[in-house]
Amino acid sequence: MNYFTDVATLTRKDLRVELRARDTLPAMLLFVLSTLVVFHFALPEGTGDEAAYGLLWVAIVFTALLGLARAWVPEQEHGVLDGLVLAPSDRSAIWLGKTLATLAFLVAAQVVALPAFVLFFAPLDATALAGVLLADIGICAVGSLMAAMAAASRSREVLLPLLVLPLAIPLIVGGVGAAISPEGERYLLLLALYDGVFAVLSWASFEYVVTE
Amino acid sequence: MGLALVLALIVAPEDVDQGISQRIFYIHVPIALTAYFCFGLGAWKALLLLWRGEERNDLESYVAIHQGTIFGALTLITGSIWARASWGVWWSWSSNQLVLFLVLFLFYCAYFMLRFSLEEGSRRARSSAVYALFGVVLIPISFLAIRLAEDFIHPTVFTREGPQMTGPMFATFCVSWAAVTLLAYVLYRVELAGKRLDADLRELREVLQ
Amino acid sequence: MIRARDLEKRYGRRRVLAGVDIEVPPAGFAVVTGPNGSGKTTLLRVLAGLAAPTRGVLEVNVNRAQLGYLAHEPLVYRELTALENLDLYGRLYRVPERRERIGMLLERFGLWDARSDRVSTYSRGMTQRLALCRALLHEPELVLLDEPYSALDQEGADLLDRELESLAGSRTFVVTTHDPRRLARLATTTIALA
Repeated sequence: MNYFTDVATLTRKDLRVELRARDTLPAMLLFVLSTLVVFHFALPEGTGDEAAYGLLWVAIVFTALLGLARAWVPEQEHGVLDGLVLAPSDRSAIWLGKTLATLAFLVAAQVVALPAFVLFFAPLDATALAGVLLADIGICAVGSLMAAMAAASRSREVLLPLLVLPLAIPLIVGGVGAAISPEGERYLLLLALYDGVFAVLSWASFEYVVTE
Repeated sequence: MGLALVLALIVAPEDVDQGISQRIFYIHVPIALTAYFCFGLGAWKALLLLWRGEERNDLESYVAIHQGTIFGALTLITGSIWARASWGVWWSWSSNQLVLFLVLFLFYCAYFMLRFSLEEGSRRARSSAVYALFGVVLIPISFLAIRLAEDFIHPTVFTREGPQMTGPMFATFCVSWAAVTLLAYVLYRVELAGKRLDADLRELREVLQ
Repeated sequence: MIRARDLEKRYGRRRVLAGVDIEVPPAGFAVVTGPNGSGKTTLLRVLAGLAAPTRGVLEVNVNRAQLGYLAHEPLVYRELTALENLDLYGRLYRVPERRERIGMLLERFGLWDARSDRVSTYSRGMTQRLALCRALLHEPELVLLDEPYSALDQEGADLLDRELESLAGSRTFVVTTHDPRRLARLATTTIALA
């Protein structure tokens, strides 16, 4: 049970830091709303709803990337990550805490963005929303790990999207499929499979990324 | 040995006078299979690195993935040529194999970007290894995703019952596959030896300083 | 406590540490000296387990819960207060009677009045003092300090002197410094890096 206490401690810390710094969540919110408006102008007249769902997913992925790019910044300042790695707690708890916090920010941004999408473009049913949630989990899980890898490099802002985008493709397929396909459940299964496999992989390999 | 390989590669397609599109198939599919194998080998070496911590696994994993990426690029090129020969277009999103390789190609290109932007050392080796493992897991999941997303047009060659090829075609295919695998193996050894030589030379220089 | 033979650490082509032999007995006080760039910080990172030696044998007979480390960087969150930072580490290190221990340390290092201020408002000296609190919070058996005096003002330096006096002999210390004279009295071993 100590493990989950540690995770809770770390997640709380991330939420608190964001509450004070207030730089990530407002940026994500503004970004996703602006993107949706841009889409209105980018979509030609008479485009079907389906294109809108596709663009929704592009917006979600890039908003998530924005959040992920800033995810490890508090740990980079003053070298805090070393402090966390040195603690006796399991290193994977650091990953899990960060993933949960990033997920919280992404969901918070979507709580505003999704109603806006429905208002501007097209309806979203329960399957579509389930798809959004499952894909959120996937992208935060994988993205936290990739962001930690990229954090050590010179070109981290450029590197993170390059690392994450190929991995996000199955998520986009799943998300869009859940929204537009009559057999949405199959896509939810794909997303659940992705989450299960990649979350476990990320959880297990975080230790190796932050230690030598 | 290299000459024998090249000969084998040319002889194999010549054996079957089926037209250009069929001949490319004999090169395209083995190249694709070899690429998968290289990625798998890279992931295996990566796992060994994380598990046993022996430094040489990093280099071996890197070279395997490098080869895999080269063969992946060749898969895309030969696949594109085949598509042009068979259907008249240079690219088709309906071709699951091609799309999958495109995704993997992007993924593994990012692998090299990752390596180039990290300083040499344990960090780089470990991050690369983890990424290589992600790649190999991505292969089946991407395949599933692409399958769900697209119509399946790419002609199946190996059905559940067995290859849909006649005897001599199958024989030619196997020869070609063996040739390509051998080529990949040779390239792998050559590159690995070259990189090891580089590293040894560097060490020697340092000791002499 | 610590035993190292022929330690080497290289980053790709750069060799930062070479042929280092160390032996520090329990409750010993080792002082590491050397010019800038001689690898003092790297040595401490290797001893802490943050970096793995590329060659050589290293034995450090403590686990992470018994290790205290003061780095070049303070290892504290800028946006959190001193109390919140120490509370976080107190929980991760499972410090018993966390609140009392934090209060005591903050007072000992003269930070009690600033305890609810964000670290971003601290001076460099205060941040360094907080970093020391962080390193000592869980009463570690082995304490690694990387140039602890470097960012401290006179008052902070005096506080640190007093703290080291009281702790030396009951814990093992490895301290890197530019000014070995300050610690000459407490030192049982000196390690000089070229």
